[in-house]
Amino acid sequence: MSNYLYLLWIPLLPLVSFVVLGLFGRKYLSRISGIVGTASLLASTVLSFIAANQYFFIDGKVNGVYQKIIAFKYTWLEFSPNMSIDLGFLIDPISVMMLVVVSSVSLMVHVFSLGYMKGEERFATYYAFLSLFTFSMLGLVLSANIFQVYMFWELVGVSSFLLISYYFNRPSAVAAAKKAFIVTRFADLGFLIGILILGYYGGTLDIGLLIERLTTIQSTQFISITSASFLGASMLTWGLTSVFIGGAGKSAMFPLHIWLPDAMEGPTPVSALIHAATMVVAGVYLVARLFPIFSMDETALTIVTYIGAFSAVFAAIIACTQTDIKRVLAYSTMSQIGYMMFALGISKNGGENGLGYMASMFHLFTHAFFKSLLFLGAGSVIHMVHSNDMKDMGGLRKGMPITHIAFLIACLAIAGIPPFAGFFSKEEILMAAFHANKIIYGIALFTAALTAFYMFRLYFSIFWNKEASIHSNHQAHANKIEHEDHSDSEGPWTMKLPLLILAACAVGVGFVPFSNFVTSNGAPLETHTNLLFSIAPVALTIIAISIAASLYKKQNTKSDKIVTAVGGLYTAAYKKFYIDEVYLFVTKKIIFPFVGQPIAWADKHLIDGFMLLLAKITSYISASIKGLQSGKVQNYALYFFGGVLALSILFIYIWK
Amino acid sequence: MHEITLTQILFVSTALFFIGMYGLFTRRNLITMLMSIELMLNSVNINFVAFNKYLFPEKLDGLFFTLFIITIAAAEAAVAIAIIINLYRSHNSIDVDDAAEMKY
Repeated sequence: MSNYLYLLWIPLLPLVSFVVLGLFGRKYLSRISGIVGTASLLASTVLSFIAANQYFFIDGKVNGVYQKIIAFKYTWLEFSPNMSIDLGFLIDPISVMMLVVVSSVSLMVHVFSLGYMKGEERFATYYAFLSLFTFSMLGLVLSANIFQVYMFWELVGVSSFLLISYYFNRPSAVAAAKKAFIVTRFADLGFLIGILILGYYGGTLDIGLLIERLTTIQSTQFISITSASFLGASMLTWGLTSVFIGGAGKSAMFPLHIWLPDAMEGPTPVSALIHAATMVVAGVYLVARLFPIFSMDETALTIVTYIGAFSAVFAAIIACTQTDIKRVLAYSTMSQIGYMMFALGISKNGGENGLGYMASMFHLFTHAFFKSLLFLGAGSVIHMVHSNDMKDMGGLRKGMPITHIAFLIACLAIAGIPPFAGFFSKEEILMAAFHANKIIYGIALFTAALTAFYMFRLYFSIFWNKEASIHSNHQAHANKIEHEDHSDSEGPWTMKLPLLILAACAVGVGFVPFSNFVTSNGAPLETHTNLLFSIAPVALTIIAISIAASLYKKQNTKSDKIVTAVGGLYTAAYKKFYIDEVYLFVTKKIIFPFVGQPIAWADKHLIDGFMLLLAKITSYISASIKGLQSGKVQNYALYFFGGVLALSILFIYIWK
Repeated sequence: MHEITLTQILFVSTALFFIGMYGLFTRRNLITMLMSIELMLNSVNINFVAFNKYLFPEKLDGLFFTLFIITIAAAEAAVAIAIIINLYRSHNSIDVDDAAEMKY
């Protein structure tokens, strides 16, 4: 076993940067705070790559299988000799993979923000929050203890809240932050219950040990958790489903997805980092982390599969109708995460059947790059146009060539056109779905076509469409900005460089022989790329793209005609299928009057009333005896001697 | 000339104690109150010496306690007088009734 202790620095460096920037940033370091944050993260990223290199290529493998290594362990809270909460780092293929993804995407976002957030008043605070987020996310992926996962999970939630409400003087941002926090917090309750169930029956909170105990069919823990049942399902199902609810909340799975589109109120680089590439895949990561246990329970996996598949197609339909570019991207994120989820759900643990697991992780990996690229590209566009709405855009391809190319690459990647990254991972998922479940395969194929459609709708609406008239406006507008910012219209190099790097990744990462590194059991998996198999999805994708091109490439009324033709469906999708309204109805019309108000009444009258009574009695008694405290020394002496006298009488004559 | 008994000495010390207590309660002048406290302390001293002499003549504990109390009384007097001087500076009086701000 070799030394991985330097991994400690990977999350610690952002933490240090958070503390330094948070305490001193605004006053003393406002100019260089971006540099401080970026530099500390650069060091973390380098260390992550060193760790990945060491793990994947030097000493992670024993007999051809990647091992789980505990890099560091510290007993933190010891409740009893067998029950303790440890802090530790667990290294295995997925945590190392996530380490690389999180740190490199975060680095790109840090660099991009140097240009994007320049001149903001709370620039240092922004970087402090970004560092806090990066720290929590890195800690989350490295956690060796499920309770530690939970702590970092909450930290991630808090930093997401802080960053969404970054523009706290905008009421919609504040509302969005509260919504995100409450919805994910509500889901986290499920996660906590799941942890308690698994920890209670498993007798440990350590992930490695828990997996070992709950996957051995003969072990006493496994027998006890499967034989105990509640409402007709075994405790294993309940525990895993609760954990999945937590994951679904963070990963914006239906019906807990409502916070994600609103979370786009935050600064765009934040959306790229948190709400597209890293935090929202935490749910997928969690399921993958506990996947060996999930694979022991068919019901839980089925739930994961169908929730994932439904979210994928549901979000894709909504994405086709939205006009806010960040919202389109948000729904596409949700859809892609649904992809990852159902890929996990249809997978089995180990061997050939573990294809879904591997495909899911692969998709997570590629998605992180092209989705953050899409968001950063959208950030550039918004930076230039000063609007989020597609209707205000069009014909931008001449004004911002680099963004245009990067965005196009990302769109091709997410649509799954070979040889871009998304093609490879999506193919694996479709393949896994094809072998496991034909219904899911159909949904996946349909979603893939929809994905291509709405991404190219977005692309054509931003960069083509409305050629002449609007373009000149933008040019004028851009010139005005240029005049103000003294930079060219695409922003400074700090905004272009991440786009270029990520675009290179979006092209290149698909060629990573991922199945050799990350599989459900650590052993390399033989993948069969079947060209014939790829024909159907790619053909569908191309058809979808050409439909999008014909509708949106030139300004025309075809799309409006279709809208009127499908009528109600379009309105429903545009209104996000009224899920928000359902939530509002449930909370405002049912929970508030029938649960909230009685509880509020009881709180006000019974609980507060009791406390007020106590306070009243106390104040009455003290008012009546306060005269004793006269301020006259001799009275006090008298009481003292009186007391002595009384005690003497008591002990001499009465007590005996 | 007959021997003085323990009871007689205790009468003296009890009388001394209650004289001191009476002075403490009735006088308003801090100096006299301090003197009264000294009287009470001395009655205790007499008790210690008397008990030591009549009950445990072979031991010296009572005498040592007395010496301690005398020392402490001296220190206490110094502190008390310092307090009285400060009180006089701020209130221009050493009457306890004038220093009754610390009430409800």
